[in-house]
Amino acid sequence: MASTLPAGEITLQQQAQTVISGGTPTSTSTSTRGLQVEVRDAVVQFGDLTVLQKLELSIPAGQFLAVVGRSGCGKSTLLRLLAGLEQASQGSVAIGGAASSGLRSDVRVMFQDARLLPWKSVLDNVRIGVPGGDRSKALDALELVGLADRAKEWPSVLSGGQRQRVALARALVSNPSLLLFDEPLGALDALTRIEMQQLIERLWQERKFTAVLVTHDVSEAVALADRVVLVENGTISQDTAIALARPREKDNGFTHYESSILNRVLGRRPVNLNQDGFAI
Amino acid sequence: MKSPAARNWKTGTLSIGLEWLIPIVVVIVWQWLGSAGWISQRILPTPASVIEAGVKLVKSGDLFTYIGSSTRRAIIGFAIGGIIGFVMAILNGLLPLAEKLTDSSIQMIRTIPHLSLIPLIIAWFGIGEQGKIFLVALGVAFPIYLNTLHGIRSVETGLIEMGRTYGLRGFALFRTIILPGAMPSILVGLRFALGIMWLTLIVSETISANSGIGYMAMNAREFFQMDVVVLSIIIYALLGKLSDWMAKLLERSWLQWHPHYRRAK
Repeated sequence: MASTLPAGEITLQQQAQTVISGGTPTSTSTSTRGLQVEVRDAVVQFGDLTVLQKLELSIPAGQFLAVVGRSGCGKSTLLRLLAGLEQASQGSVAIGGAASSGLRSDVRVMFQDARLLPWKSVLDNVRIGVPGGDRSKALDALELVGLADRAKEWPSVLSGGQRQRVALARALVSNPSLLLFDEPLGALDALTRIEMQQLIERLWQERKFTAVLVTHDVSEAVALADRVVLVENGTISQDTAIALARPREKDNGFTHYESSILNRVLGRRPVNLNQDGFAI
Repeated sequence: MKSPAARNWKTGTLSIGLEWLIPIVVVIVWQWLGSAGWISQRILPTPASVIEAGVKLVKSGDLFTYIGSSTRRAIIGFAIGGIIGFVMAILNGLLPLAEKLTDSSIQMIRTIPHLSLIPLIIAWFGIGEQGKIFLVALGVAFPIYLNTLHGIRSVETGLIEMGRTYGLRGFALFRTIILPGAMPSILVGLRFALGIMWLTLIVSETISANSGIGYMAMNAREFFQMDVVVLSIIIYALLGKLSDWMAKLLERSWLQWHPHYRRAK
């Protein structure tokens, strides 16, 4: 279907518009409590190495944005910039309309590893996320991720997926307005990963925070995000709105988005693939 | 509920029994060799006569006085040296400037065998308490310093970063993440230091003292009371074992979270 067009993006944009009229549930609704994010001309350098080059990115409040790209392209640095863990040497980052530099209590990060403190119980780990360390709030958050019955255990006895759920509870307990995911599901097995994706999607729909997910897994990006941006050489080289209704199934539309973004990431030309179809 | 508890008790006794098997066999063989006349009482008194000497010293009250004065030196010296080593390690682990300033000097002093200072110490302090406490403190400070510093450096940077994103800084960050993260290494240093503490004390008491277990041993040697000499060696061994056991208890209670130290349920 897209074979007649040179660039897949055009079709994607067209489709986006048609499906949006059918109604995607969240993205730009006015009742969101998420924060709007504006990145203007951001440059991040480590010594002589320029990791982000004049990067422009605008995330509407409540949007679920996925950032994909090859390793080393700067997508994690972009996330750390939003988190306030890196500083831009040029340009600006504005969160919720106000210029932002440094760490904020309404922005939370989930890392690739759970980063639980092994010397604190599961509950006490979640309490780190609560200002004042309120126990009942922490227990509620554990309930939310389905681990209330493990509250007294040490993190070392939990599985990888359970640890990430505790980390998610810790990030959610203070009701953040912007939640940043740095490949949090990268180390999980396929089944656990699907469960975690569903959990993250459900919580995002309930809590209406702005979400930014950095991932190398294009399928995961298409499954979760309203919009997928591709980072290459420190700038955004492709911006795709994913206009699929939720909950998402791996149907034709899904595969279309997935393969067109993947082809772009890998530098393959989908047109040729279709024409060479007889070879299969 | 009764049977697992009973089994636990059984395996517990069994493991304690295995630990003590070799020492008990050694004592029995030693007694038998002595009473059979294979070993002269002048060279190595039998366990029975050592116990007899012990009872005599307990009755006269000397034994407890000596143990008391040795333990007192050990504790004071350990506290002084331990606190100095710990504080220096924390300063150098957290402040790059402090490390730049002091670490290489500390490493230099560390290479001096502290017992080689004994002649100097006697010249400075005589045979009084200060010299021995000074030596113990000096010996104890380095293992505590090195292991605490290593522990602080080996705390995962990811955890510290996580703490920062959750707004922890300054003392809260230290108390919540850095100190507990360094604790396994600190306790290794503590056990090392306890060993060095007794060693230093034995040597310095043997050379210059007028009380303590080392003094008791040297005094007994002059009068050929071999049973008292052996008794004091055994007391040192017991004190060393006791302090190691206390350090182990600390590990068990402070490192419960660590899979390595957790007791099987």
